[in-house]
Amino acid sequence: MASQLLRRLIGSRSTTRFLSGAANPCPSLLSSSSSPAARVFSSTSTPITATLFPGDGIGPEIAESVKQIFREAEVPIQWEEHYVGEQIDPRTQSFLTWESLESVRRNKVGLKGPMATPIGKGHRSLNLTLRKELNLYANVRPCYSLPGYKTRYDDVDLVTIRENTEGEYSGLEHQVVRGVVESLKIITRQASLRVAEYAFHYAQAHGRKRVSAIHKANIMQKTDGLFLKCCREVAEKYPDIVYEEVVIDNCCMMLVKNPTLFDVLVMPNLYGDIISDLCAGLIGGLGLTPSCNIGEGGIALAEAVHGSAPDIAGKNLANPTALLLSAVTMLRHLELHDKADRIQDAILKTIAEGKYRTADLGGKSTTTDFTQAIIDHL
Amino acid sequence: MARRSVSILRHLLTKPLTPAVAAQTRSVTYMPRPGDGAPRAVTLIPGDGIGPLVTNAVEQVMEAMHAPVYFEKFEVTGGMPRVPEEVIESIRKNKVCLKGGLATPMGGGVSSLNMQLRRDLDLYASLVNCFNMRGLQTKHDNVDIVVIRENTEGEYSGLEHEVIPGVVESLKVITKFCSERIAKYAFEYAYLNNRKKVTAVHKANIMKLADGLFLESCREVAEKYPGIAYNEIIVDNCCMQLVSKPEQFDVMVTPNLYGNLVANTAAGIAGGTGVMPGGNVGADHAIFEQGASAGNVGNQKMLEQKKANPVALLLSSAMMLRHLQFPSFSDRLENAVERVILEGKFRTKDLGGHSTTQEVVDAMNNGSGVSNAKSPDYVSAQCLILSSISVHVTKNMVPILIWGSVMYFI
Repeated sequence: MASQLLRRLIGSRSTTRFLSGAANPCPSLLSSSSSPAARVFSSTSTPITATLFPGDGIGPEIAESVKQIFREAEVPIQWEEHYVGEQIDPRTQSFLTWESLESVRRNKVGLKGPMATPIGKGHRSLNLTLRKELNLYANVRPCYSLPGYKTRYDDVDLVTIRENTEGEYSGLEHQVVRGVVESLKIITRQASLRVAEYAFHYAQAHGRKRVSAIHKANIMQKTDGLFLKCCREVAEKYPDIVYEEVVIDNCCMMLVKNPTLFDVLVMPNLYGDIISDLCAGLIGGLGLTPSCNIGEGGIALAEAVHGSAPDIAGKNLANPTALLLSAVTMLRHLELHDKADRIQDAILKTIAEGKYRTADLGGKSTTTDFTQAIIDHL
Repeated sequence: MARRSVSILRHLLTKPLTPAVAAQTRSVTYMPRPGDGAPRAVTLIPGDGIGPLVTNAVEQVMEAMHAPVYFEKFEVTGGMPRVPEEVIESIRKNKVCLKGGLATPMGGGVSSLNMQLRRDLDLYASLVNCFNMRGLQTKHDNVDIVVIRENTEGEYSGLEHEVIPGVVESLKVITKFCSERIAKYAFEYAYLNNRKKVTAVHKANIMKLADGLFLESCREVAEKYPGIAYNEIIVDNCCMQLVSKPEQFDVMVTPNLYGNLVANTAAGIAGGTGVMPGGNVGADHAIFEQGASAGNVGNQKMLEQKKANPVALLLSSAMMLRHLQFPSFSDRLENAVERVILEGKFRTKDLGGHSTTQEVVDAMNNGSGVSNAKSPDYVSAQCLILSSISVHVTKNMVPILIWGSVMYFI
């Protein structure tokens, strides 16, 4: 028990070092602080606890699929499941309970299935609640072509990192007079620095060579100009990573003509939304795209970005690939690279073979068949 | 007269009959008013970078075609603080302008000259036509999208300020007046050009008031055009659908920023921004330029090697000719461009070839259809033959025809 206490203390101190590292950026400190944390996390005797939100619709089925595969691959993760409540919790103003949020804050990692926001007023949307309460400032979406699933683009391999808290999605709109509406787009130095830091740290940690900042600073000179200034400041600290700036209309055109031109993309909120969905479209849609939200204090919440598909819920037809690949991203964040590689290879091999594919990829297998095929490939 | 008619007959009969020419021989259904053949003045702004190169290409082709337009050239560069007053006066007088790209300096505190032109002349609709060209292989087929984008307000209002050091705000303004008129223009365009569907692109799930107002205006106008299908799509889903299933889109109407992204994406999937025509139009004036805005100034290497793609500006000038009500010249220009691209021998770098701008222009001028130095005679020759046949039809027609064909073969 004493050793457990000691390990917890070391864990918390290293995360505070991570926090201070994020505030005054210094790459060596960041990378060195994350590895002791990971070493604490990945000791096989103490499994890591992770929060799991199965979600609605097809959520529970695909979450079950993930749990099965992780069990077979002997990943040292213990799941703490939380469900969306039936009533609005007054402490969070939404259907998510305070306990769920506390659990994510405690565990520092989580996996979220698709959640349908119930229609109605008087409460915040679920995604917005998670984002605000956990201060999730960066959304990371690695987009790579799945070998064996042919789309029109075969050699996509890029990562989009999107600032998640401010920008055009601040939600500050008002009607000036009848028929005239104003919406505010806010860019702050703090948020831009944060996401730029994370982008370069990610690029370095994953061996990426280039970071491109996407902007429209020729028109929105002060706002995107501030974003670019912050990116340039951070770029100076990482001299071995090539940094470039691309105007967003150029970027869109280049992405659809030749996606190999890009490596890591970092952008403000609105452009990030559009570009990350565009990249998801390049590789086959939201049903195959992993995604991970990074928050203050080293929190990582991986999520499946597709909808909850209520029409196929419970019929064992859902495609668990998005949630599985997101779980793999979560494992990489925890530095469990060998397990992550093993599971990712199994998934890619299963899809490449083409014998077991769910309906949305053009096959006829059920979720359980697909899961079993992946387990066989492990 | 016989010799002249023979030479004219020979000239008529030696035209090679390619499929493109079938459209060229349009029957005389366009009835101009007397005096419409007088040359029209068009303001020309060469612009920066590759702008002068491609506008020169247009001038050469217009020259070769003997099109009834003459250009009033004005030098405007992106670094100027304002567009010179004389240029705006000229556009107000001529009502039509052709323009190369104007570079907007980054972050410099100079507001974009493109935006200034659009606001001063109230060119509220920007139109880009993205379509697959025959002979140009792209990853997507069946693309024929027209993106109509609101050009004056939205995110490009240029109203930014620093609240405190490190916090900057930018205002996005949406008004009912502008949203309504762009929706009206989109539906009217669809109606006049036989288009079946209009799609409104928005992000109203997040920006409920601003894009909500835009959608409301679109819905109101849609009710007045029951023959045209209308639907709405969120902008991120739209981009995803554009790269996977672009054939579902027909006419798209969007606010300012989304229109920029959607137009460039659609141009990219259909062949690149070097070939897509477009323009900005308002109630009184029109400016034609390369459709999608990416790459319209080009880069240093393209400028040095003179390998800019003139196709986009040539097709935009064809749109301009149709706007000026010269449909026959417009048809000939478009057919010539189509023929050059179909042949595939002269293509610039962005289409996968190695030609320079001048080589493409020469290829267009040398083929039939564009350069027709005898055009005034051609018209009179048609009348001549018709009259000669009508005179002799009652008498012996056969000897005339035999004599004509004998003369041809000599």
